[in-house]
Amino acid sequence: MSSEVKNEMFGKKRVAIVGAGLTLFRRNLKETGKELSYEAAKMALDATGLELRDMQSVVMGSAPDAFDGVHMKGEYLADGAGAYNKPYSRVFVGGGTGVFTPLAGWWHVASGQFDTCLVVSEEKMSSCYPHPQFAFTTIFDPILERPIGMNLVWIFALEMHRYMHKHNIKKEQIALVSVKNKRNALDHPCAQLGANITVEDVLNSEIMCWPVQRLDVSPTSDGAAAVVLASEDVAKEVTDNPVWIDGVGWCIDSTHWTNRDLYYPDYVECAARMAYKMAGIKNPPKEIDVAEPYDPFDYKELHHMEGLLLCKKGEAPKLTAEGVTQRDGDLPINPSGGLLGVGNPIAAAGTMKVCEIFWQLRGEAGKRQIPADPRTGLAQAWGDLMQYGSVIVLRR
Amino acid sequence: MSEVAIVGVGCVGFRPITPELSYKELMFEAAVKAYEDAEGINPRKDVDVFVTCAEDYLEGFSIFDEFVPDQLGAALRHLFTVSGDGMLGLATAYMLIKTRQFDTVVVEAHSKASDILTYMDIVAFGLDPIFNRPLGGHPYYVAGMEMQRYMHDTGTTVEQCAQVVVKNKKNAIENPYAAYGSNITLDQVLCSDICFHPLKKLEISTPADGCVVMVLASENAAEKLTNNPIWVKGVGWCTETPNLETHDWTRAEYTRLAAEMAYKTAKISNPWKEIDFAEVHDLFAYKELQHIEALKLCEYGEAGKLTEEGITSLDGEFPVNPSGGLLGMGYGLEASGMQKLLEAVLQLRGEAGSRQILDAEVGLAQAWRGIPTATGVVAVLSNVK
Repeated sequence: MSSEVKNEMFGKKRVAIVGAGLTLFRRNLKETGKELSYEAAKMALDATGLELRDMQSVVMGSAPDAFDGVHMKGEYLADGAGAYNKPYSRVFVGGGTGVFTPLAGWWHVASGQFDTCLVVSEEKMSSCYPHPQFAFTTIFDPILERPIGMNLVWIFALEMHRYMHKHNIKKEQIALVSVKNKRNALDHPCAQLGANITVEDVLNSEIMCWPVQRLDVSPTSDGAAAVVLASEDVAKEVTDNPVWIDGVGWCIDSTHWTNRDLYYPDYVECAARMAYKMAGIKNPPKEIDVAEPYDPFDYKELHHMEGLLLCKKGEAPKLTAEGVTQRDGDLPINPSGGLLGVGNPIAAAGTMKVCEIFWQLRGEAGKRQIPADPRTGLAQAWGDLMQYGSVIVLRR
Repeated sequence: MSEVAIVGVGCVGFRPITPELSYKELMFEAAVKAYEDAEGINPRKDVDVFVTCAEDYLEGFSIFDEFVPDQLGAALRHLFTVSGDGMLGLATAYMLIKTRQFDTVVVEAHSKASDILTYMDIVAFGLDPIFNRPLGGHPYYVAGMEMQRYMHDTGTTVEQCAQVVVKNKKNAIENPYAAYGSNITLDQVLCSDICFHPLKKLEISTPADGCVVMVLASENAAEKLTNNPIWVKGVGWCTETPNLETHDWTRAEYTRLAAEMAYKTAKISNPWKEIDFAEVHDLFAYKELQHIEALKLCEYGEAGKLTEEGITSLDGEFPVNPSGGLLGMGYGLEASGMQKLLEAVLQLRGEAGSRQILDAEVGLAQAWRGIPTATGVVAVLSNVK
């Protein structure tokens, strides 16, 4: 492939991830948001041998300011993320932020504007006392929806129910996702909720809002994650095995979630098609070796596998039951343990998925390493009012 | 090669209140105007990426981008939020187009300040929650302290600061997008209440409602969308530090560094000579002076004198804030940078009406994110490729 053709495909400059860092994910960490950002950024930089002064730009990802009670949270976190006297901005697309932040880093480098970009995602949900769920009551339309007093679990219950009804899916099939991910998380040193549980445990757990039960849901968490991005020239100097960002995609659907059929995430498909087109991927199930779709609820992993075109609509539960999505299966899904197992500090959780694909493609995932020698991986996050998809395709 | 141009602009406002329009309607109107301005571009098909610039607390929701796609024509398309000033949206659009993956990017920023009942409480929520916020008080005391320090270090006088207000409010009379144009005297400014010593009431911009939408395009696309593209020659942005205790209180370091970045790309070595006018952030009157210096348009400490001598007036040698600035147009919150860009585009297109600067070829726009930040953006625009 001539270098000119390559440039047209991947942006002006090809962009690599050269290092990743991740803090512990816990319900309530003592560190401030700035300190969490610092820890993740420092770990990512140390992994590359680069220093902060080598970072020409910084991008921050963090979800609602309502968690922290700080207006302009991006400004507040800037120094923790290393953005002292540097070009710095914060991107924010709800739950989709974690995968979106590296996408923002991608265009900083792919544009030719910078050779390096430090990408940091942070979430400190525990500041929202007594429970971050109260912050989520402010994501609804103040006239049409907020007066009903709804919360997130309600609307996801609607979506889960619709998905189950449309494809005639049983709760037992969905619970397998929670069992798999929490078990995978036992091998993750940062994980908050790794556990050996059974389908029975999930089905017997507290009903929150039918059909959502306690063990169908990821926890609330504190944590941070970071990746270091570099242009092709710099990447090759820094490491022998860069992981290339070959596809980026994002998409938002209408505000009016009440007007769409919730059984299928069209916006995730739209984002995936954008990323696949850029990466030249024609047959996703064949060409993607490992994927980290967003799994704040167990049914969402299935929902997103379908939206990402990794299987046919309604087919994801079958693949899960057959063990295809296990680490040693044909299409390992969420080998990290996902949000269900590792935890869900919103923006950091999405970037954790990007870190996991980075480590898997480099063969550095330790006990979590999938045996299939993966070459191409994908991470995806989802957010807003069941409305946003962000997708990244990585290649070794 | 792969230059980036502004090919369409649309503005609604700026007005003290807009009771007949919701924030969505403000955005819709500005977007329709911008799309019409770009040869009637169809957002459902022809726009690759949409960027909205907003902060949750100013909107009264969490996750503001939820409420954005429909009125911009962006449902099931590629949109996201930059939590920052509209000019950070410009910087983002610039980079996106430079990747060569995208030809057309729309940037939106707005202010529905009249919906906010407790604006100053929100500003106070921007202060560090551990070190600064517990001290209490109105958050603009920070501006008063900074003005004092700036005057002390540079020898700038209160009269020179007040002259900025007289000039800007006068310019705003000629600007149909301005909310607070007026003919006032230096004495009136000097005699207005001292709110945060030495900062006076008339030296503080008043918020206003409005929305600005811009369409940016790659070189190829620009030629199809407009006859008078305004080229983005360079963009720079910088965050100095969020800590009040350690930021430079005299020199706007964030603007100096952002300007260096923008000038480097735009290949500008002598800003005063090579740039014809500037739109700088004047949330407070003294900030205009501080920013002029940080932009290297004059020597450190000289901006006050230039203003006093009328050199930065509309008919002066180097007009600053021909739009009337934020003091005259009203402070458009996260859209304030877009107000600056809008004026630069109109001037460079020769569409600035009675406030037109003759033969303007290169213009500069600069934004700051207000108290308590030290974040700024600088863009150099030109009507010559």
